[in-house]
Amino acid sequence: MKAERKKRMIQLAAWTWSWVATLAIATFGPMFIWEDNKTLTILAVVVNLINGVLMILANRKLFNHYDELERKIHLESMGLTLGLSVIVGLTYSILDQKNLIQSDAEIGLLVGFIGITYLVTLLINRKRYS
Amino acid sequence: MKNRVCDLRKQKGLTQEQLGELIGVSRQTINAIEKEKFDPSLPTAFKMSKLFQLPIEDFFIFEDFS
Repeated sequence: MKAERKKRMIQLAAWTWSWVATLAIATFGPMFIWEDNKTLTILAVVVNLINGVLMILANRKLFNHYDELERKIHLESMGLTLGLSVIVGLTYSILDQKNLIQSDAEIGLLVGFIGITYLVTLLINRKRYS
Repeated sequence: MKNRVCDLRKQKGLTQEQLGELIGVSRQTINAIEKEKFDPSLPTAFKMSKLFQLPIEDFFIFEDFS
């Protein structure tokens, strides 16, 4: 059971790292590597998209290996993260639209918020059931 | 839900880790069940019942407060 869990975690980590790498290539490649060649840019974006889908499938494979308590903990954390992200994301967007913040609203900040919220809610939920 | 899982596990001479392995859940899940912080699913309860050779209602005590 533990060996299988480890295997699935390593697979997810590998797909996540390669997704980050292909995202970086698709973002910075047109500027620094292939000088705005449209075909190569489209290819990089498509490779990143496919990699992202495979990362999600690896995540689902790991999730299916969790037991009932682990699933409950993760689902509660995901629910809280989704709710908070919608609320905070829309507030952030309104603040930007009404020029109440100095910089433009960046999607990257929302992604960072989602990651931190998921991590924090996961730790809180794990503590609740320990 | 109150339960006697901890007592029965100790009677069988099993650790939380070993009981978890036998019924296919993690040690943390066994710990949460024993501390009555988490109620297991029906399949897990049936696996415990088979292992302890007792009916489910002998070690899970349902209290209806409604």
